[in-house]
Amino acid sequence: MITDMERFDNQRVLVVLPHPDDESFSVSGSLAKYLKNGSQVTYACLTLGQMARNMGSPLFANRITLPEIRKEELAQSCRAIGIQDLRMLGFHDKTIEFEDRELLDGAISALIEELNPTVIYTFYPGYAVHPDHDATGAAVVRCVENLPAERRPVVRAMAFSRGCEEILGPPDVRVDVKDFVKQKAASIQSHKSQFWVPELKKASQKDLESRFGTERFWTIKFD
Amino acid sequence: MLPIDLEYIQQRIDQMKDQDLYIHLELTNGAYAAHNDASRHPAANFIKNAVIRYAHGGISGVSPYYRVGLKMEHGWIYSEGLTHYEETENDRLIMAGHDKDGKLVVALQLSPYPFE
Repeated sequence: MITDMERFDNQRVLVVLPHPDDESFSVSGSLAKYLKNGSQVTYACLTLGQMARNMGSPLFANRITLPEIRKEELAQSCRAIGIQDLRMLGFHDKTIEFEDRELLDGAISALIEELNPTVIYTFYPGYAVHPDHDATGAAVVRCVENLPAERRPVVRAMAFSRGCEEILGPPDVRVDVKDFVKQKAASIQSHKSQFWVPELKKASQKDLESRFGTERFWTIKFD
Repeated sequence: MLPIDLEYIQQRIDQMKDQDLYIHLELTNGAYAAHNDASRHPAANFIKNAVIRYAHGGISGVSPYYRVGLKMEHGWIYSEGLTHYEETENDRLIMAGHDKDGKLVVALQLSPYPFE
């Protein structure tokens, strides 16, 4: 059952994620839906994912070339989704949890100040497996918490750690993205150094819908 | 990248001795190791752009896995599991070890100027 509680028109959407490709499986369909309905989407990607282990299959990247390759893959993924406002914030992969908090929170707060988003998408701190994911979500939550309550955007978070639903409960937002699975598949395929998914090329609309037709989010509660 | 050529890498190591070098040394089994298989221990480390200088160094091992040891004035740099080197790099020595799925496990890189 899909409970599509979101409004997709007239929104200012800010996405804050640490790695190129974090958008693909989690939120790309919803972003395409916002854009189709005339909303604005800004994607702030904190790092270039320069410490990733995947180097393409067959191998075509190395530690030296990977950042530039992933930058281009990210740009391609954004084109596939329709995102025109991509911000690469220049942090280093794997270091977000150790980053100077003033610098990190300052960068995110500056974006919130500039864009005045109605909704922010990020990872659910503590339930998103990769330390960069958790630290990114935690930084967003800190920045939003610091705003006066009436100025706080809605924060929708992605969680996928083992057993997270037993603790968080089921996701309160399920977005029907069946009309946007082509964009989603193209976003995934953009990240050639990270994902090898030859089966997506010949997948039918129906296959894509059953695999990717729903995206799930938890709304972060603020006091 | 190409599979390591032991004699060629030994030459490169010899050429780079006795000078200040930036090092990138890394070992990882991936941030998702324990998420994908709870019995696995997630471990990783890297050091990037520390400046080192070695007086002599060597490469040893049997294809496909090689070991490199570099002796410094006060200690050692050691790396095991290297499988590939980057053939297009002339100033820098770029080596890595990839597992059977092509994922990077280990990296040892030396350069006269900092890594980005």
